[in-house]
Parts: sequence; C-alpha cells; structure tokens
Amino acid sequence: MASATSKSYFWKGFRDGTPFVFIAVPFGLLFGVFATEAGLDVVQTMAFSATVFAGAAQFTALQLLQDNTPTVIVLISALAVNLRVAMYSASLTPYLGAAPLWQRACAAYLIVDQSYACSIVRFENEPDMTVQQRMTYFVGSVTPITPLWILGTYLGAVLGTQIPESWALDFALPITFLAMIGPMMRTLAHVVAALVAIVVALLTVAVPFNLGLLIAGAAGMIAGAQAELMLERTKS
Amino acid sequence: MTQIDTTTIWIIIVGLAIGSYLLRFTFIGLVGDRPMPPWLLRHLRYTAVAIIPALIAPLVVWPSATDGQPDLPRMAAAAIALTVGYATKNILAAIFTGAATLYGLLYLVG
Repeated sequence: MASATSKSYFWKGFRDGTPFVFIAVPFGLLFGVFATEAGLDVVQTMAFSATVFAGAAQFTALQLLQDNTPTVIVLISALAVNLRVAMYSASLTPYLGAAPLWQRACAAYLIVDQSYACSIVRFENEPDMTVQQRMTYFVGSVTPITPLWILGTYLGAVLGTQIPESWALDFALPITFLAMIGPMMRTLAHVVAALVAIVVALLTVAVPFNLGLLIAGAAGMIAGAQAELMLERTKS
Repeated sequence: MTQIDTTTIWIIIVGLAIGSYLLRFTFIGLVGDRPMPPWLLRHLRYTAVAIIPALIAPLVVWPSATDGQPDLPRMAAAAIALTVGYATKNILAAIFTGAATLYGLLYLVG
C-alpha cells in the first residue's frame, strides 16, 4: 500500500508546515504593502511573489530599487540573499536526488526556508523513509504556506498602507525563525555553528550587498563541521 | 520615494524568477542521486543552523522598524522565542510566547 503511506506522509508534512502560516501571511502582507508603497501595481506585485517565491530576496530587491541601485547590482544582491536556497537544495539532494527528474524540477520551485527546515529534521530523524515518502512529505510541508503567501501578498497590495505600524508585523519573521532554531540545536556542533554564524553576521553587517549573510553562513557551516569532527575525536 | 520605471521592475522580476529557480534546481536537479563527498555533506548538515541565525541576528539587534535603534521589546521577544523553542521543542509555543512578549512590552514601554 505505497499510496496509503505516501498519503499519510503528505499529511505529516502538512501538519509540520502549518505553523509557518504565521510567517507566510504577515510576511506576504508586508511584501504586498511594501511593494505598493514602492510603486508596483497589483499584477507586478503578484508576479513577483508567485514566480520568485523568496521573501527575503524580494524585500532586498525592492529596498535596493528604491535606493536607485543599478539593475545588475539589484539582481546580484537579491540572488546572493537567496543563495541559501542553493545550499538547501544541496542539503536535500542526498535525500531527494533519486526521485524522477520532473518531481525534482517541481520540488526545486518549492525549496523555501520552511519546507527545508521541516524536511531536513524529518529526514534526519527517520532514515528509513523511502524517496517517495520523502518527496510526499516535502510537498506536504509547503502546501499550507504557498497559497497563503500569495494570498497575503494580494491582501497587502490591495490594503496598501492601511495596516498600522503598531502591529509590529516587521518582527513576525524574526520571531518565527527564532522559534524554529531552538528545536534545531540537537548537538553541541549545531550550537557552535549557530553562535559563530550570529557573531560573524553582526560583525559583517556593514559589508555591501548583503554579502555578510553569505560570509556568516559559510563561517557557521565550517565551524559546525569542525566541531563535529572534534567531538567525534574526543569520543573515540 | 522615487518612482521606479516599469521596464526595470519587469527585468528585476523575470531575472529574479529565473535566477532563483536555477539556484534551487542546480543541486537537486543536476547532481541527483550521484553521491556527494563526506566533507561536503558534513558542512551541509549545518546549513540551516548557520544561515537562519545569520539572517535574523541583525534584524533583532538593529530592527528596521525602529530605524536601526536597538529595541528592548524586540530583543526580549527574540530571547523568549529562542529559549521557549529550545526548551519545549514546540515551535508554536515559541511563536506565541515570543509574540506575547513583543506586544506586552510594546504596550508597556511604547
């Protein structure tokens, strides 16, 4: 009964992805509002959210556009912010790489912070999952988010500037991601990786074009990998 | 706020759409099930725990809503969300306590 188990993995993913609705809606709203303020019309705003599907990169691009940054720099910076999805793609490849190409081509579009965060935890904790189950779980985890992200953008674009600043929606993203990080701290190496990344991110905040994020991310990954090697050595 | 040229906006949207897709597709699509070296996998294990905190840390310390001024309610909310998430492993509980801290302190302080 392969289809029955796949189906249950879809709902497991769906359940694990549901908390991120609390990011997708406010973040989509914010983007819609921000894009409207920047002078984009509803069609442009919707096309942006639906095709790029990467909030942080979209905000970066809009911010730079308003500062009269050259188009090439806008593209490079926004893609640099989005480089992390390439890292997620690489990180998911050992688990999903054996799936048919058309499935991987569809899954690629759905690689976002939330689907990655859910899936990698589940795949690591359940090494016996089949590729089919993993793919189903992955798609399930992003299903509650995608339509609401697009709906949120639409509402933001239509409501425009009517959302009061006192709602402090700007902080919905940090709180939700911080809530995700806590459970990820499974070993000392994970803690080391996070701490090094935070320190380097704060030190490199003045580096132009958001490259500090990539430097900090790379530093954190190297620190985590080295910590893991050292911990293994002390154990044996 | 300067008005942005329509052509420029569409160039940015299309460019980012194609570029973002290629970033996502490169590994999962082209590498597929070919084995990757252990050193690479060891680094990839720490992708999420490095990139996500690096993305968030500056937003917590220098929030854009306060024009980059460090802000007690936001710092406290961040600390609570992280602590509750770590202690309970429950993401929703962490989000709600973090949000409650933020709104509570914004009400008291602001």
